[in-house]
Amino acid sequence: MIGIEHYIVVSAILFVLGVLGIFLNRKNIIVILMAIELILLSVNLNLVAFSAFLGDLTGQIFAMFVLAVAASEAAIGLAILVIYFRGRGTIAVDSVDRLKG
Amino acid sequence: MIQTFAFYLFAVFVVASAVMVIMSRNPVHSVLWLILAFFNAAGLMVLVGAEFIAMLLVIVYVGAVAVLFLFVVMMLDIDFAELRAGFIRNFPLGIAIALVLLAELVLGIGAYRAGAITLGTPTGAAVQLIGASNTEALGALLYSRYLFLFEATGLVLLVAMVGAIVLTLRERADAHRGHQNIGKQVRRNPNEATVMKRPTIGKGIDL
Repeated sequence: MIGIEHYIVVSAILFVLGVLGIFLNRKNIIVILMAIELILLSVNLNLVAFSAFLGDLTGQIFAMFVLAVAASEAAIGLAILVIYFRGRGTIAVDSVDRLKG
Repeated sequence: MIQTFAFYLFAVFVVASAVMVIMSRNPVHSVLWLILAFFNAAGLMVLVGAEFIAMLLVIVYVGAVAVLFLFVVMMLDIDFAELRAGFIRNFPLGIAIALVLLAELVLGIGAYRAGAITLGTPTGAAVQLIGASNTEALGALLYSRYLFLFEATGLVLLVAMVGAIVLTLRERADAHRGHQNIGKQVRRNPNEATVMKRPTIGKGIDL
């Protein structure tokens, strides 16, 4: 029988894969954004699994809010990416030094 | 039995496609693997009876976010091979950190199973009603107790939309040629725009 531990393990693996994706593709900001989407997906999976196994719908409500924030984050991130590419002609993250930080 | 089989099928597919998202050389392939991962995660959610969130995941992620990624990847002319330069060099460190993180998360689950962690128990105020479908129950909760949060989410989406449009809007040099000038349109009044004539029959009129 599938218990809540199975779901937690799957979402933990998904989370770790998202973090690993950020580390491996340090220069490619598109893949970094996709890895962040994977992390948010694992969070959603966790929320839905707990909501279902504890019999409380609040988790699914919060999964919807996470979904909305993830969608707006992707839209803003990709918009910034597009204008950065227009100005510089590259999206390599390590050459982003316009603020001289 | 069939539920267990379906769970393992979806779980294996979601993990495998997540690996392919971060490993594939071509970002277009990454986006397509991401879509597969979202579909299988939606399947996992259907298995526990959260069909509304599952459908929302398919519609919002596959229909909007993944297509947005696909557009951006195909729109920008980028040398992706150059961006992969540090991939091999970062590999050992990334794997080490990922393994440490995974070990910590699994230790947390082990501690829960051993009884060291007790989960918070629900108050029973948000229990799904007997006989109501998942969508119905979610709607009843969302439009009553979480109404303010729901509207605030709408505001977040509005700000994101305005921000994305403002950021990417490009003013061309010839923007005013052939485009709408709203101030000029509003200033115009009927007296200077139209002329009333009563032409006699058989004759033309002078304008």
